Amino acid sequence: MTGDGFVRDPLQARALDMAAAADRSGGRLTLDREPFLTQVSLRLDPSLASRSPFPLPLEPNTVTEDGSHEVLWLGPDEWLVLGEPHTGAQIVEALERALAGEHRSVIDVSANRVAVELGGTGRIAVLATGCGLDLHPRSWRGGMCAQTLFAKTHVILQERLNATRMLVRPSFADYLVDRLLVGL
Amino acid sequence: MAVGIPCAFCGVRPFTEFTFGGEWRELDAPDAESDFQRVYLPENAEGAQRERWFHVMGCRTWSTVVRDTRTNEVG
Repeated sequence: MTGDGFVRDPLQARALDMAAAADRSGGRLTLDREPFLTQVSLRLDPSLASRSPFPLPLEPNTVTEDGSHEVLWLGPDEWLVLGEPHTGAQIVEALERALAGEHRSVIDVSANRVAVELGGTGRIAVLATGCGLDLHPRSWRGGMCAQTLFAKTHVILQERLNATRMLVRPSFADYLVDRLLVGL
Repeated sequence: MAVGIPCAFCGVRPFTEFTFGGEWRELDAPDAESDFQRVYLPENAEGAQRERWFHVMGCRTWSTVVRDTRTNEVG
């Protein structure tokens, strides 16, 4: 992706709100923006998964990590490759080269969702205020992801070491932050 | 907690993540009369009913679920 001057983070104006909320929690919670996270959507027959240059998780709702890339399972034939900001072109090229000739879909969808990282020990309690998933550690652990609803918005949750990444549509980003601030 | 619907891939999830796809029905019928029945005359059972549910807010796949229409118990 080029032309960075035209790229804008929908949550830029909320940075102070988010930092203030984290301060109020007394170290129990953090809420951070992850602007311009690269997201590439991959649709592919799962029998071809081994051809991907990034290891694709085949178990539902899990994540594989490979250096600076993470791959989320979104469906039986759908994955989301996450990478450093502005690396979409390289990821797309690597996938297209490896899967040339196969029936597939590789699209840079970085502008499709905004990433927010909710961290700290109190985060699960905050998530549970708006999410119907079973977030008990017996069923929700690091290395898992899920597409679900948080309050009224569709969200992709990715459980990481001591933090939960939330991906939402840009037009819902403000709503998500407002809703999280109520829970904090 | 809300009614849980078992998705073939994701396990039991709240029904709010799904859309209802109606009663399960055959994909085809041998003649016009039974095709009319298949499409327009659902059983609307009181009790256990086979239904289709689409995990629209999740993995976007269809599952077939048996739900008790009196108690919403999913078996």
